[in-house]
Amino acid sequence: MTDKRMTADEAVSRIESGMTVGIGGWGSRRKPMALVRALLRSPVKDLTVVSYGGPDVGLLCATGKIREVVYGFVSLDSIPLEPHFRTARETGAVRALELDEGMFLAGLRAAALRLPFMPVRGGIGSDVPRNAPALRTVADPYGSGDEVMAAPPLELDVALVHANLADPRGNAALTGPDPYFDDLFCLAAKTAYVSAERVVPTAELRRQAGCLHALVIHRYLTTGVIEAPRGAHFTECPPQYGRDEAFQQAYARAAADPQEWAAFADRFLGHPDEPSYQQAVDEFYAARGVRAGGVR
Amino acid sequence: MTSTATRAEVCVTACAQAWRGDGEILASPMGTVPTLGARLARATFAPDLVLTDGLALIVDGDIPLGTPAEDLTVEGWLPYRAVLDLLANGRRHVMMGPAQIDVYGNANISCVGDWARPKRQLLGARGAPGNTVNHATSYWVPRHSRRVLTAHVDVVCGVGNDRAAALPGPAARFHDLRRVITNLCVLDFETSDGRMRLVSVHPGVTVAEVVEATGFDLAAPKGSGQVLPGVDVPVTAGPTPEELRLIREVLDPRSLRDREVPG
Repeated sequence: MTDKRMTADEAVSRIESGMTVGIGGWGSRRKPMALVRALLRSPVKDLTVVSYGGPDVGLLCATGKIREVVYGFVSLDSIPLEPHFRTARETGAVRALELDEGMFLAGLRAAALRLPFMPVRGGIGSDVPRNAPALRTVADPYGSGDEVMAAPPLELDVALVHANLADPRGNAALTGPDPYFDDLFCLAAKTAYVSAERVVPTAELRRQAGCLHALVIHRYLTTGVIEAPRGAHFTECPPQYGRDEAFQQAYARAAADPQEWAAFADRFLGHPDEPSYQQAVDEFYAARGVRAGGVR
Repeated sequence: MTSTATRAEVCVTACAQAWRGDGEILASPMGTVPTLGARLARATFAPDLVLTDGLALIVDGDIPLGTPAEDLTVEGWLPYRAVLDLLANGRRHVMMGPAQIDVYGNANISCVGDWARPKRQLLGARGAPGNTVNHATSYWVPRHSRRVLTAHVDVVCGVGNDRAAALPGPAARFHDLRRVITNLCVLDFETSDGRMRLVSVHPGVTVAEVVEATGFDLAAPKGSGQVLPGVDVPVTAGPTPEELRLIREVLDPRSLRDREVPG
């Protein structure tokens, strides 16, 4: 049996500058933030990031790691607009490939199924193809005269996802209300790293996952397993914890001002490892006289 | 009784009417007033509408805004991937909030200014391109102004009637723009060339106000003539006493609607 357990830094050390990295989750929900924080600590740069974007995209923009973002939207959910992504777009610091959400899904499916494109209606008539001139339409080969978008395959060098539960071999369970697209990100990628709130023996995985339908990440998909309790912070990871709204607000407020951002980055992003980040988060809570947001 | 309804309550009932006759499809409202509208429609004249908690659960019953997840009656599971497949299937009517919308219903939620280097980055295209070419789409504008109802949208995310008409063959056969509801009036696209038409003004709103706050010429309610101040325009029907009771006592007892449309 292959034991794929590793640290976040070990996983990220296999990512090279210029690679295309897919990031699971959705907006500010179950993002693999511990792996993103490891990326921030690493020397890699010039990444193409493929994401239903949230603070993962924002933080990677803020730290100059990104050359191009492929997205349908970038949002913090409870705060509609991601401040660092906005700045990166408005200053021209990153290239952007903006897709319809369904076209994004079609692109993931095309890559997962090793197809050259996937037909999808969403996108025709809109400015999505106008702003991405490489996109093509395809005519119905069966002669109806219909014409749809040919979504290009979103082929990934690496996928990063965060699960509720995993075993040492790289099987993982998504036990919250929405699996988002994490299994597709893994299928579309050459290598995939899954962080999880807890790593348990395989014999425990199904029992603790509760429902068989939660077991959607399989070991033939995954290259590394990283135990990362509270590893989605400050995004939500139900049923373990909700979004840390106070922290997210502090993040967004700091992002609006260069000096405040420097202080925020110094306090939360300058850490040598994940445990010292988590300790800084605990101190953030303690200073406010509250317990860690919703962590059970 | 209608005269006692607030502007927000008139907007809720006007939004509800957008889903009249839709039958057993998914209603996807975005924003507080559209959400109340969809729930009001189901509680009254559209009982078969399918509604979610805004996340992954299909929920039954007349649900007050802000009801905790554990108190919901769940009748199905609809994670995002299933929504994206459902919208391509067409059994859905969405009500989105545009940052900009033009006379043909082209709608922008992506960014303001040049797309390559925007003055102000917004959300991105999200699902607007797919929604508008796959199923019924309406819009909700909580602050009707020339900035939002504008002659020119910077990025076409939601496809308008002129763009749809220009698509080849049958490609646009599912395109179906229904209504635009604002804090001032109700609009639709029932004109020969797919331009926006003024259907009704809310109680207390003048036609001149609507014309002044709109960045393009609107068609008049009857015929295709242009709306000008002084043209006779119907007044939006407000809530019935029963609808008012449902809004105030059942669906939104904390008056969250007033935050989106101040009294």
